[in-house]
Amino acid sequence: MIEANPSLSASEAPNAALFYDQEFMESLRSQMVKFATLQVQDAQLAEDAVQEAMLSAYQNIDKFGRQAALKTWVFSILKNKLIDLLRKEKRTTVASQLENGPNLQGDALMDHLFKENGHWQKSERPQKWDDPDHGVENEHFWRVFDACLTALPEKYGRFFMMREFLEMATPEICHNEDISVSSLNVTLYRARLRLRECLEDNWYQAKESGS
Amino acid sequence: MMNCKEATQLLSEKLDRPLDTKEKVMLGVHTAMCSSCKQFGRQMEDIRSLAKQYSKGKQTEEKK
Ligand SMILES: [Zn+2]
Repeated sequence: MIEANPSLSASEAPNAALFYDQEFMESLRSQMVKFATLQVQDAQLAEDAVQEAMLSAYQNIDKFGRQAALKTWVFSILKNKLIDLLRKEKRTTVASQLENGPNLQGDALMDHLFKENGHWQKSERPQKWDDPDHGVENEHFWRVFDACLTALPEKYGRFFMMREFLEMATPEICHNEDISVSSLNVTLYRARLRLRECLEDNWYQAKESGS
Repeated sequence: MMNCKEATQLLSEKLDRPLDTKEKVMLGVHTAMCSSCKQFGRQMEDIRSLAKQYSKGKQTEEKK
């Protein structure tokens, strides 16, 4: 189709080729949809936001030459769209309804990690993370990271991503989601506890015992 | 004396709000003596920076 219009293809080359790498585009799209759905909790809204982000990336195609640049760019557009959506629509879901999932959370999580006197259980004491940036180079690390995020109870994951990925400020999240500052802080704390433990067990410690 | 549960919660909240002076002092005293919580504090910062890289799509960049 593109080659039917030589002037267009000439101006589009070579960056447009990125958009024809089907495998890359498909995986990018599905990552975006997953990310967006978790935030807005509405498949249609999420899908629309992803479409718009993709379209605006396509219109700005000359801005990036590599897949990584495209991905960074398209995700930053998506983030802004999600923040707009979250702002526009005051959530109707009561945060406590989301507290589900098969994993340890709430008091059970705290009892697992801490003794009655509030000090660390011996087996759960944080271990030294050997060069935390080292993992960044490694594809396998990001798979572990992704799995640990997915394993978070839904409510933990959602607020964690709003705070850390969308980089929304605490008061704004509280306002949009109708949750108190103290309960957001506790939720973020528990999300980080869980994520920390998961990374340590499945990457930092696993790596050590494997070598 | 602050225990580890309280200290770890403050180490997380530090990423979301400025701690007041009293909290800073208590936390400082605790982490000076407790290497587990000191470690935990570092890891909270690590997690923040990893999350940033993750959301910026670093994982595919490094793949190539
Ligand atoms: Zn401690």
